[in-house]
Amino acid sequence: MIFITFLVIIMLIGAIVACIFKDLLSAAIAAGIVSLIASILFYFLQAPDVAMAEASIGAALTTAIFVFAIKKTERYEENEKDN
Amino acid sequence: MRRIISFILLIIIFVGIYLALTHIPYAKDKMKVSKHYINNGIKENGAANIVTAVVLNYRGFDTLGEVTVLFIGAVGLGMILFGSRTNSKDRTPASLILTTGCRLLFPFILLLGIYIFIHGHLTPGGGFQGGAIIASGFLLNYLGCLKRPVKENGINAIESLAGTIFVMIGLIGLLYGGYFLLNFLPKGVLNTLVSGGILPLLYIAIGFKVGAELAGIIYKLME
Repeated sequence: MIFITFLVIIMLIGAIVACIFKDLLSAAIAAGIVSLIASILFYFLQAPDVAMAEASIGAALTTAIFVFAIKKTERYEENEKDN
Repeated sequence: MRRIISFILLIIIFVGIYLALTHIPYAKDKMKVSKHYINNGIKENGAANIVTAVVLNYRGFDTLGEVTVLFIGAVGLGMILFGSRTNSKDRTPASLILTTGCRLLFPFILLLGIYIFIHGHLTPGGGFQGGAIIASGFLLNYLGCLKRPVKENGINAIESLAGTIFVMIGLIGLLYGGYFLLNFLPKGVLNTLVSGGILPLLYIAIGFKVGAELAGIIYKLME
């Protein structure tokens, strides 16, 4: 139970950090960490099918596709103008 | 001003979702459909993994829709990236350790993916998971060795063929018993590799299709 709480806290930190970062590469990797921990939690919740899909698609391929897309566009997010 | 309005809207949505979720009983079987799946799923399909029976038989048409959505995504990515091909000859080749490592690992990753989608009706896993593992093998091979084990035309051919086979199996069911994706083959003995009727065949088709689609997306992005 303590282990699951620890994982959920790290997952929350990763999700918040992925929203805050201006460096999109770091944000993509933080989103990958969220997916990886989600797959571990799915395994603990006795859903191994979903855990495998989340680990292979969410953590591996989505992160790779994000990295390629960042490489083709820009790495840093521009500042929004407040009005 | 805009931030305050969006914050108020967020709070309203949060309160609405909270009020709706507190009325839903958690982890109680109120649905007759799920009871039917759990009680009769193994008997009706002959597959030891009930999740596979639900995904491919009771909800088989939805699976066809999911595969179609993935196909449309790949086609849209190809349309956006069409014409933006850069010359990839100026890349430095990787070291000997990296090339040897990815050459050695690639067959084992393929083997794991194929094992997962062939045993989809017996153990956890299935076509989507196995296909994604195969595509990650292609990703490793392209990142490490800058090589393509299958040409792009071959990948397109595999994808189209697998999709056609899925629809053909469904149409045979329609001719045989009256509805799409009917499980027309004999069920076999439970917990053996040849059991579950058409479910292994469908998962093999989905595995090849998903693997080819995701590998095609990686090829298009790496160019």
